[in-house]
Amino acid sequence: MLDSAEEPLVRVRDLKMHFPIYKGLMKRQVGAVKAVDGISFDIFEGETLGLVGESGCGKSTVGRCVLRLYDILSGSVVLDGQEIADLNGPDLRAKRPEMQMIFQDPQACLNPRMTVGSIISEPLFEHKKMTKEERRSKVAELMDAVGLARRFADRYPHEFSGGQRQRIGIARALALNPKFIVCDEPIAALDVSIQAQVVNLLEDLQDKLGLTYLFISHDLSMVRHLADRVAVMYLGRFVELAPSETLYTNPQHPYTQALLSAVPHPDPAQAGGVDRIILKGDVPSPAAPPTGCTFHTRCPRAIDICKKDAPEWRQIGDGHFGACHLID
Amino acid sequence: MQDARATILDVANLTTVFNTRDGMVYAVNNVSFSLKAGELLGIVGESGSGKSVTMMSLLKLLPSPPAEITNGDIWFNGRQLREVSDDELRKVRGGEIGFIFQDPMTSLNPVFTVGFQIMEPLRLHMGLGKKAARIRAAELLELVGIPDAMARLRDYPHQFSGGMRQRVMIAIALACDPKVLIADEPTTALDVTIQAQILELIKELRHKLGMAIIWITHDLGVVAEIADRVAVMYAGQIVEHAQVSELFSNPLHPYTRALLETLPQMGGERAQRLRSIDGQPPNLDHEPVSCEFAPRCKHVLSRCTQENPKRRAVTPEHDVACWWQPGQEGEKDA
Repeated sequence: MLDSAEEPLVRVRDLKMHFPIYKGLMKRQVGAVKAVDGISFDIFEGETLGLVGESGCGKSTVGRCVLRLYDILSGSVVLDGQEIADLNGPDLRAKRPEMQMIFQDPQACLNPRMTVGSIISEPLFEHKKMTKEERRSKVAELMDAVGLARRFADRYPHEFSGGQRQRIGIARALALNPKFIVCDEPIAALDVSIQAQVVNLLEDLQDKLGLTYLFISHDLSMVRHLADRVAVMYLGRFVELAPSETLYTNPQHPYTQALLSAVPHPDPAQAGGVDRIILKGDVPSPAAPPTGCTFHTRCPRAIDICKKDAPEWRQIGDGHFGACHLID
Repeated sequence: MQDARATILDVANLTTVFNTRDGMVYAVNNVSFSLKAGELLGIVGESGSGKSVTMMSLLKLLPSPPAEITNGDIWFNGRQLREVSDDELRKVRGGEIGFIFQDPMTSLNPVFTVGFQIMEPLRLHMGLGKKAARIRAAELLELVGIPDAMARLRDYPHQFSGGMRQRVMIAIALACDPKVLIADEPTTALDVTIQAQILELIKELRHKLGMAIIWITHDLGVVAEIADRVAVMYAGQIVEHAQVSELFSNPLHPYTRALLETLPQMGGERAQRLRSIDGQPPNLDHEPVSCEFAPRCKHVLSRCTQENPKRRAVTPEHDVACWWQPGQEGEKDA
């Protein structure tokens, strides 16, 4: 799809993930939540792909599918040349060290009964044959890398602040030298002054270790800062994907335009001058998405064809993809 | 123009402490501010900076013990709220001062219909009968932009989406025509497109109803958009306070400056690296005797670690609590 000679590190094609809805005494399946409904993208080595969208649009599900934390319904996920969509058991387990995840809530993703040292060394326990000394020195190395003092290794998660806990989560994700990391809203739970620290750390690590990120967030300005390319998602589908600069300066899809205009500017002089597109209503339920283009119920520019036919996902510029009938 | 308006709420030297098992927590220290009729005051700060505790102290919404207001005056509409009886205070809460909480999920009662919850303050505070209250409730729902209002009064909170629930919360807060509306992070739990809807709604309602609003948030973007004046809080104190345009164009406190610098921009050149504020927010386990921001401050002076700066007026409408002056060499400046 992307006409590049370079082989992408992650190649996702027509990914679908539906969660069944059961009802009644017999637990008959009465429908499905189409959390991810046909998504294709590439992520190249060393790059950051930003994934933005409103809550409930399926961003996190995409991240989890790509890491095979779910058994996906259909589609293909190729990581570093190997198809992992249908891997199972020991084969999948052998692939796990290459792909890791940093979670949103640094409070919930750390076991409160384990010390920081044992949290960070747990992946080493599971996947590597290392002696105790080797593990200890690796943990110390990792703690240095994320800016935690080594002497904290014997403390428990509750003794740390939110930003520091997120650093523990990052150290754990790095333990097995992964190539690809899914960052699922890693800064959403942090204060503004701490967010910048964590984002800078993620960037430094990427430079040093050549990491590839899928960065999921609803903070559009942070994604602009961090991502090389950005995908915008709505109700289980991508509506637009473009290099970061292009997407923010020249958004083509009406949803992207509305989303960008809704971000409040931290500058009162600018705030008055923005032509804000206010979307009416809420995101429809992914269990019963609207026909045709799923966005047509809220789209300020919807025309008749939008209600009937789903727009095709196609290239509309240099590395710029979109799905909308209105884009020429 | 705004000076001509009457001051409706005046808070002076408010101090609230929590007496916990692990010792005292000094959550609000010597906070003073005032609010004029029809004005929107934004209060910005990180979590734990005392924004919410300040507002809850005003209406004695904090459980006591552990919370205790140890000092300060709260003048509301000619009355000293710290001294009024519980009965009278109950009339103020939800009657003259409306409160919107952060999380619309947990602040509505799941076992009562939305209609019942909007009618409750109407019947208690305004003495309306059931029928009249129902009609007024439907009007309120319409006012906050919920279609088919009369029918939706019979629905339960779980039948509404997050944005709609927040609209219901706003309707409840507005029910008795409050003179002051306190909104505690009302859009933080919402998506940006829904947040834009709510901001638009608040702007519109302000025009229509002319009430004064205190808007608590950690999002400087939201404040820039709707506030008239802004107070920045850090470690339970107001460190800077100014008109919104003045604050954003001429921030004087190093914390305000750093906050504005850490925000990534939506337009213009992309910064190579985000500026960050080093270190952690302070523990509040001691009374502030020195500047609480000093350990993280770029411009720290020797005086900062010895004396807690008082708020000093730079212009009549701009004050800052800091020893450092822009242009002055700090000890870490190089």
